[in-house]
Amino acid sequence: MPKDSGIGVASKRREDFRFLTGRGKYTDDVALQGQLYAVMVRSEVAHGKIKKIDTEAISEMPGVRAVFTGEDFSEVGGNPAGWLINSRDGTPMREPKRPVLAHGKVRHVGDAYAAVVAETLQQAKDAAEKLAESAVIEELPAIVDMAGAISDSENRVHDEIDDNLCFDWGWIEDNREVVDKALTSSPHVTTLQLVNNRLVPNAVEPRSSIGEYDPGTGEYKLTTTSQNPHLTRLLICAFVLGIPEHKLTVVAPDVGGGFGSKIYHYGEEALVLAAARKLGRPVRWTADRSESFLSDAHGRDHLTTIEVGSTMDGEILAIRTSTLANVGAYLSNFSTVTPTFLHGTLMAGPYKVPHVYVNLKAVFTNTAPVDAYRGAGRPEATYSLERAIDKLSRELNLDPIEVRKKNLLTPDQFPYTSPVGLIYDIGNYQNTLDKAIELADLKNFESRVKKSKSNGKLRGLGLSTWIEACGIAPSNLVGQLGARVGLYDAATVRVSATGTIQVMTGAHSHGQGHETAFAQLVASKLGVAEDAVEIVHGDTSKIPFGMGSYGSRSLAVCGSAMDRAVDKIIEKGKKIAAHMLEADEIDITFENGNFTVNGTDKSKSFGEVAFSAYVPHNYPLETLEPGLEETAFYDPNNFTYPAGAYLCEVEVDPDTGKVTICSFTCADDFGNVINPMIVDGQVHGGVAQGIGQALTEQTVYNEEGQLLTASYMDYTMPRADDLPFLKVDHSCQTPCTHNPLGVKGCGEAGAIGSPPAVVNAVVDALNRGGHAVTHIDMPLSPHRVWQAMQG
Amino acid sequence: MTTVKLSVNGKEMSAEVEGRTLLVDVLREKLGLTGTHVGCDTSQCGACTVHVDGKSMKSCSVLAIDVAGAEVTTIEGMANPDGSLSVIQAAFKEHHGLQCGFCTPGMVMTAAALLKENPVPTEGEVRAYLEGNICRCTGYHNIVKAILAASGQDVAAMAGE
Ligand code: FES
Ligand code: FES
Repeated sequence: MPKDSGIGVASKRREDFRFLTGRGKYTDDVALQGQLYAVMVRSEVAHGKIKKIDTEAISEMPGVRAVFTGEDFSEVGGNPAGWLINSRDGTPMREPKRPVLAHGKVRHVGDAYAAVVAETLQQAKDAAEKLAESAVIEELPAIVDMAGAISDSENRVHDEIDDNLCFDWGWIEDNREVVDKALTSSPHVTTLQLVNNRLVPNAVEPRSSIGEYDPGTGEYKLTTTSQNPHLTRLLICAFVLGIPEHKLTVVAPDVGGGFGSKIYHYGEEALVLAAARKLGRPVRWTADRSESFLSDAHGRDHLTTIEVGSTMDGEILAIRTSTLANVGAYLSNFSTVTPTFLHGTLMAGPYKVPHVYVNLKAVFTNTAPVDAYRGAGRPEATYSLERAIDKLSRELNLDPIEVRKKNLLTPDQFPYTSPVGLIYDIGNYQNTLDKAIELADLKNFESRVKKSKSNGKLRGLGLSTWIEACGIAPSNLVGQLGARVGLYDAATVRVSATGTIQVMTGAHSHGQGHETAFAQLVASKLGVAEDAVEIVHGDTSKIPFGMGSYGSRSLAVCGSAMDRAVDKIIEKGKKIAAHMLEADEIDITFENGNFTVNGTDKSKSFGEVAFSAYVPHNYPLETLEPGLEETAFYDPNNFTYPAGAYLCEVEVDPDTGKVTICSFTCADDFGNVINPMIVDGQVHGGVAQGIGQALTEQTVYNEEGQLLTASYMDYTMPRADDLPFLKVDHSCQTPCTHNPLGVKGCGEAGAIGSPPAVVNAVVDALNRGGHAVTHIDMPLSPHRVWQAMQG
Repeated sequence: MTTVKLSVNGKEMSAEVEGRTLLVDVLREKLGLTGTHVGCDTSQCGACTVHVDGKSMKSCSVLAIDVAGAEVTTIEGMANPDGSLSVIQAAFKEHHGLQCGFCTPGMVMTAAALLKENPVPTEGEVRAYLEGNICRCTGYHNIVKAILAASGQDVAAMAGE
């Protein structure tokens, strides 16, 4: 009989009731007495010198309470990059200061150089418009193209950086020569140039922040759309505003999706806090969608050349990549780790490749900052590799499935140290590939090709076998590699006298269903009902500490911290139960919610023990403190390595170039699964974003640095009718060997594995249709596909 | 300023509005009904969808004075009278048709309008009808399933599961 609660069960989400009845509480839903509205004044040019901002001109306008410019924040610190990267020659990256408001220069369209605070939103907007009209900004040539940027020393995004280069990174630099040699002596070398298209994350809830200040106590509160309230607090306190950390509470209430874009601390958060302090009233700001396009951190934007050396029968001998990565105008918090350690370290994929070398130059341009977006670096690595392997197979006239099978690591090869510095703990890549082939009904593929042909369509099949590394850790290693924070997490389990449980977690849920899945985890371990467990997240005043949710870390890292804290509860419970049962602690077993003396029927329930902890009448007070509450910090000793195989079937309309996804099949290995329904949902969402990248989404700046795709009219989000039902399976499980739950991350897999599967399928369809197309850059719009078919 | 009277979720309400005030702002700011969301400024995302006199509309694109006297239903008015989830809401929960919940009110309102017009839609009809609603989290898979399930169809078979 299937279980109806606990680990592995598709428990329905407890958060759904409030969302389905309009009772979710998102930042912009919070209304406060006496609140004022802030509106940002944003640059309309990509690059310019700020000559004059006439704040006097609007100070008398109706409702205006304050005007801020970069000048007001020139003394406070800058928002830092979270990771220091060294160039190949050992010099540290160039790290220009990122101000709260642009000062001296504006550096991208949408760069905020002033803010107006007024009684109503409309008044603030009117005044902001007037201020923008009267501001004098001398336009400078825009630096948009990456190759141009690093060869042009006249035009500089930051005056002190002569070649617009942030760093020139080699990974691993010592591999460079060996890889060069291996490629020179390879019987076959496939070369491919690719664009990993720039994307806008587009969580449907726009960013929003409310600052409060209590002059009586000197305490600040920031309510904000964040994936990691503690990190935001740390950045604001330690680097930006210098508020003592214990005087700032950061609350991230319900958050409407993040996908990376809400990891980072943004200037608007500092602005509303500073304004609240100055005015003594709450100050709120909410982006409209156009502002989100202009000012949220974007994702991807790589130009890569990949070379893969192989034998004539497809055994990979060496891989070399060379990439230009756009970091935009300023370094956002994760912008330097994303194209480096989250990208270069994955360049061996799930394959046994002896030699790999990655070179990456990070380039400043007059565009919005670019940072981690769902997958963060790993989609870029996977795309390069999986496209190149497909091209290699075609060139050597080999079956792309067979080429992968030939190169995949085998289960007996784990733990495996890759040539780019990771240690894969466990996996079974053959299993997921076989599973995908089975689920996709590959044996009948040729008959589907015929059927499509009889309908005048070209059908193609694309495969991607991918691996990723998530739950980035351990802290001491990442510290050596340049991280400026630790990557552990924390949880507190608080048992009440009546046996109900609150779990305070450093993870933040913005769609992932933590309130349900974490409750399943804790309840099943303690043998209590799921609804006796409440998950508390998103408020720095309630939670011990935490690094938040991104990089598919919540369950693997925060869940493991929770598991450790529960272990401590059980240990203490055993001591209490031993006393109550007049037995030795070592003779007590905890199972199904009961502490039992081994070999007897004497036992105490979890509830009885909890009660005794708070009403300690019969209690070992001499040796044990009352109460039942434990905190654990957990620092993983490795990443986790989810992996899988994705198969995509497409039809191309040869007359229009339109691509239709006929089927998309995912076989993933996420290790142990807590809630399969939620995991399926994570994969669905990730794959949809990957298909969006492959077929529809593209961020376009023109030569003047104007963002041409700044609304949903111009930026093509995937819609329901762009996608089919997806086939998702995670029955192949190799539990992670180094965390107590045996879990891996599932949040980014879909976005990592899917784009190359789609592009490979389209290229396959075209080749089957007699068009010798080797590559088309994403997004594969009808126009691009049609053009490729014309030769 | 003009006073606009509306019947919202069966209750008579009135609000002071300017000529340029949008229906969504009346709902969210004047009436405190924050279940209706704003996800864009070009009438594309559908997070703001409500029913006005029984028809689904994007409340970000409607001036409050233009709908004076109308009957408006928002997500807050969609549950059963006893407060339990309606068939469509329950199907969204059962089939995990929501993640972050931000698009969800609009999705539920749109789904209700669809099923009123077309009680037993095909998968293709559901997908086409959702053309004005963006969800970034779910890949639409479970939203489409939920709507088909709410229409009483065997959704596991339809989704090939
Ligand atoms: S807010 Fe109305 S359609 Fe987006
Ligand atoms: S559930 Fe998050 S946008 Fe749809």
